[in-house]
Amino acid sequence: MVIYHFDFGSQREFIPVYLQAMKNTLLLSVVSVVLATIVGIIAGLARTSKRPFIAWPVAVYIEVIRGTPLLLQIMIFYFGIGPIINLPAWTAAILSLTLFAGAYVAEIVRAGIQSINRGQTEAALSLGLSHVQTMRFVILPQALRRILPPLAGQFISLIKDSSLVSVLAISELVYTARKINTRTLKSLEGYVIVGAIYFVMTFSLSRLAGYLERRSSPSD
Amino acid sequence: MTSPAHAVTASHTDGAGALASPMPDTIIRVENVHKHFGKLHVLQGVSFEVNKGDVMVLIGPSGSGKSTLLRCMNGLEVIQNGQILIDGIPVHDRRTNLPALRQRLGMVFQQFNLFPHLTALQNITLAPVRAKKMPQREAEELGLQLLKRVGLAEKAGAHPGQLSGGQQQRVAIARALAMQPEVMMFDEPTSALDPEMINEVLDVMKGLARGGMTMVVVSHEMGFAREVASRVMFMDGGKIVETGTPDEVFNRPQQARTQAFLSKIL
Ligand SMILES: Nc1ncnc2c1ncn2[C@@H]1O[C@H](COP(=O)(O)OP(=O)(O)OP(=O)(O)O)[C@@H](O)[C@H]1O
Ligand SMILES: [Mg+2]
Repeated sequence: MVIYHFDFGSQREFIPVYLQAMKNTLLLSVVSVVLATIVGIIAGLARTSKRPFIAWPVAVYIEVIRGTPLLLQIMIFYFGIGPIINLPAWTAAILSLTLFAGAYVAEIVRAGIQSINRGQTEAALSLGLSHVQTMRFVILPQALRRILPPLAGQFISLIKDSSLVSVLAISELVYTARKINTRTLKSLEGYVIVGAIYFVMTFSLSRLAGYLERRSSPSD
Repeated sequence: MTSPAHAVTASHTDGAGALASPMPDTIIRVENVHKHFGKLHVLQGVSFEVNKGDVMVLIGPSGSGKSTLLRCMNGLEVIQNGQILIDGIPVHDRRTNLPALRQRLGMVFQQFNLFPHLTALQNITLAPVRAKKMPQREAEELGLQLLKRVGLAEKAGAHPGQLSGGQQQRVAIARALAMQPEVMMFDEPTSALDPEMINEVLDVMKGLARGGMTMVVVSHEMGFAREVASRVMFMDGGKIVETGTPDEVFNRPQQARTQAFLSKIL
């Protein structure tokens, strides 16, 4: 049989289950992206440090995370570290997504900071501000404007990447779709539906990000 | 032309050997400073002194090390040899509290370097409030007063992007003055400006000089130098080639390199 015959008739009763899964996916992504932003700002700042004992470990963290598959990180976190410190699946999921996205946010933050003209730092220092004050009052406020659009992009990626924690039996969208497919003896319907849900979420977010970007850029 | 208060002791200016006991009113002592950028030997044994009230104008061809010298003086660059003392405090000593020392040295840049996310007034109040812990109110009063002094009272709420180059540079001067520095350093403050804006900035600087401010100015504005400089220093290839009053350096240059340079810019 080549042509697949779609039949969405039996999906109706699962609408609340899909909605719950969507909430879980959003919750995972929102919590992880907020934590990842904090991790990323700290790591991004550390990455620009002139002190090797600060910059180096952070560089290693960023490179290792970016150089290995997220799926692997999730499994190592849950099956490797999880049992030792008794990590529930949700916590392991959020932590691994946070560490993963944090590495990317760190690079976004670093690029944002380095995009600010050196003259800004020099002017601030020459006024007698400390390095920390210079960062906080002069560089970061300017860098944040440039960081926001790529950060929104990172959030969108994270919504999609969060599907990988389905391997931890967390009822996010993909895991839920797989379960409903099994229950309804279908192989595609559930996936098509959650695909549509992902797309609606990411598309509206990217439109929102585009709008915010357009609104913030003229005053640069 | 030069007031007696601006009189200069030439013997202190011509090399590393002239390390007589510091005069009581010496504010800056640069002693045999060497600076390398990798293999590039940018400052090759620079020594001079600046006394309180001096207006020292530094001239020299592009790449001779003028900006680097100023940046070394407030610790934005490290040096490989020699030392720089500000009121007796060694700039490049690890134990020196650089932020505190920099509060005493104002710096104005060629590219203004105003903070674009802050208004003119906020640009001025930031450092007094954060670095000096001055109350916000007091800082704003000071800021408005300084804006008035540079002729920009009505621009307090404007962002740098809404100001002309000349206006931006005047805000930058006000910003540096807000820290009540003992010395003001200017690195080609008018060379990024359209010609019609140069005078508004030079006028502010002349006002400062006449008010007794100690100044180190990198500039090729000869009119400014003739009017207010107590001393002109000519640099070439990382060395100080010649120092003297404006009259001496401009009208009777002793060194061939000075003559060649002046003939190009005059
Ligand atoms: N950060 C740096 N790294 C490497 N080389 C540098 C750096 N800053 C300056 N230089 C070099 O040092 C030399 C002196 O530069 P400097 O900017 O001090 O000259 P200047 O006298 O101010 O010239 P200009 O009139 O063009 O401003 C130049 O050859 C310059 O290329
Ligand atoms: Mg220069």
